[in-house]
Amino acid sequence: MKHVLAILVENKSGVLARVAGLFSRRGFNIDSITVGETTEPGISRMTITLEGDEAVVEQVMKQLNKLINVLKVSNLSQEPAVMRELMLIKVRAEPHTRSDIQQIVETFRGKVVDVSLNSMIIEVTGNDEKLEAIVLLLQHYGIREIVRTGNIALLRGAKVTRENGEARRSKG
Amino acid sequence: MIIAALEHEQVEVIFGYPGGAVLPLYDALYHAQIKHILTRHEQAAVHAADGYARVKGKPGVVFATSGPGATNLVTGIATAYMDSVPLVIITGQVATKLIGTDSFQEADITGITLPITKHNYLVGSIEELPVTLAEAFYIASTGRCGPVLIDIPKDVMEQEGTFCYERNREIPGYRPTYVGHPGQINRMVKAIKEARRPVIFAGGGVIRSGAAAELRELAIKCRIPVTLSLMSLGAFPGDNPLFLGMPGMHGMVAANFALTEADLIIALGARFDDRVTGKLEQFASEAKIIHVDIDPAEIGKNVPIDIPIVGDVKQVIRELLKRVQPGDTSDWLQRIEEWQARYPLSEGTAPSSGKLKPQFVIREINRLTGGKALITTDVGQHQMWVAQHYCFREPRTFLTSGGLGTMGYGFPAAIGAKLASPASTVICITGDGSFQMNIQELATVVCGNYDLKVVVLNNGCLGMVRQWQELFFEKRYSQSLLHGNPDFARVAEAFGATGLRVSTADEATAALEKALSVRGPVVIDCLIDPAENVYPMVAPNRPINEIITGRDLE
Ligand SMILES: Cc1ncc(C[n+]2csc(CCOP(=O)(O)OP(=O)(O)O)c2C)c(N)n1
Repeated sequence: MKHVLAILVENKSGVLARVAGLFSRRGFNIDSITVGETTEPGISRMTITLEGDEAVVEQVMKQLNKLINVLKVSNLSQEPAVMRELMLIKVRAEPHTRSDIQQIVETFRGKVVDVSLNSMIIEVTGNDEKLEAIVLLLQHYGIREIVRTGNIALLRGAKVTRENGEARRSKG
Repeated sequence: MIIAALEHEQVEVIFGYPGGAVLPLYDALYHAQIKHILTRHEQAAVHAADGYARVKGKPGVVFATSGPGATNLVTGIATAYMDSVPLVIITGQVATKLIGTDSFQEADITGITLPITKHNYLVGSIEELPVTLAEAFYIASTGRCGPVLIDIPKDVMEQEGTFCYERNREIPGYRPTYVGHPGQINRMVKAIKEARRPVIFAGGGVIRSGAAAELRELAIKCRIPVTLSLMSLGAFPGDNPLFLGMPGMHGMVAANFALTEADLIIALGARFDDRVTGKLEQFASEAKIIHVDIDPAEIGKNVPIDIPIVGDVKQVIRELLKRVQPGDTSDWLQRIEEWQARYPLSEGTAPSSGKLKPQFVIREINRLTGGKALITTDVGQHQMWVAQHYCFREPRTFLTSGGLGTMGYGFPAAIGAKLASPASTVICITGDGSFQMNIQELATVVCGNYDLKVVVLNNGCLGMVRQWQELFFEKRYSQSLLHGNPDFARVAEAFGATGLRVSTADEATAALEKALSVRGPVVIDCLIDPAENVYPMVAPNRPINEIITGRDLE
């Protein structure tokens, strides 16, 4: 099963290496990893997507928690959460196929961000299934290159992921 | 500033080796009150600090220079990490502006030690230094202990700054759990009351948390037999009738049978290493398992747990003792007694052959010291023979590299042990292979005139490797015979220590008596029967009740 972990870390040098190193060292596979700043200075948030059964994910979370620079680990796949990923796709586009492609892009609420004589770059965001679906359709025209940001996720509703203690309700 | 911090932490002794990047640090040390032990290799400095920490129960401190000095520490750090030993290691680094340029004697030691330290730091400025040092001591010595490394660039060492030191300061991402969950402890009480075939399986955590007295009380009050992992020998008196001996690959038959047939296993500060469990699928298949450990990640890592309790073993047992009631274990204890009678420990093959038996030497050491010595070992057959034949009675009297299995650990660790407990008789029992991995430390012990003894169980081979080759590789002794060994007694003499060489039982007894009666370093080279093997033995990845006792091979 796929799990999405939200990890709050102190923004210190080497913290990414610590987290990534832990995965490779203990033989856990990462599907994707993203890092970015949070509203709190000095604290970054990582989102890691990984495949594994309950026991593996439990062990991953416990090991992550042992890292001193890790402040909080939560498994967002156990709760309702919004998950998004951004993808750029460079697709072969001859003049006669362009409008077809355009239509697909619109259906997926994507954007054409670059056009050249025989190719286009498409930007699309969504969850896994949506991105897979558009890739499948565009394959028909010939995909030249894909780049993905990896998953990011937030809990639905007013609940937030904070350091110390469980994810708790914000005041608002 | 570093020295001031060490004084705040009441550090009494530093183990280290100087070099270019730590010249400012060693200069500051020149006028300081703290004792510094100059080992003859950085690896030995870490092992010595580790031995000191295991005996003293507080962090050992190490200094080393950048580059090769730092990389020489790696085996020692990994050894301490695997056995959860508190260390604070300070390495010099090249100047800040040179970092990343492959400059002279530069090594990315924080990168290298990332997986073998509990935490590490590369200090960016003098302002960070006091906080970092305070955190390092706190992290190393609390929760599940472990080594912490601080890498300090030379220019930072040379800067001036204001010193403001706050011990045991809170760290946001670090909050060990000490108190066990009361509901879980209640479940533990119930399980113990209901169990008919319980076994306590204690690990090194019992020693680290200082829970030996509590363990004894629990076992005796509830009439539960106790098996101790290699790491915890001494945590329960070896001469108590409830003691089963060590379990696992070279464990006692009764201990392995008891774990296999138990209906309840109470695991305390143990981590279910594969050397203990054998084939996991068949380990303790009838038992409910309670696991108490300070490290949540250990619980359920190798074996599924029925009652997990995260907490400090000492505190959890104390809490438990307030409520626990013994179950009826009399039939079980009788059963165990029968096993113990039927499968006594072998004292070696053909003991009448006239050859010197390693088991005999260890039993003599036990007899002559009353089991009260501080024993260190290296890794191999001799290590297992010590675990089997020496009767440990007190915690922190047995130092060995259990997790990493580091040859070369024992001799320098004995130096640390002696410094931590000067009044104790300290004996390193080693093999001819292992001793040569840090034999240069003879210079250190002669220099300090440390009163410690080295007993080399010299079988002319890498005995444990030879044993595996004999049993599992049809006696193809590939690279395991040590031709060209020196006369260790004469080597010792050359360094200025006392050297003795023996090859019979009588000579061994006389030499041990002599060694224990003189002060100062003594090396006894014991030429033992090279064919002797360690039994009982469970083949790797076999269930632990499938035991080769050695007798069926005679
Ligand atoms: C540093 C290191 N290298 C290799 C090994 C693998 N090893 C385990 S036991 C052993 C033989 C040890 O020989 P010796 O010290 O003579 O002890 P004996 O087994 O003969 O008692 C070896 C090579 C190890 N444990 N540590």
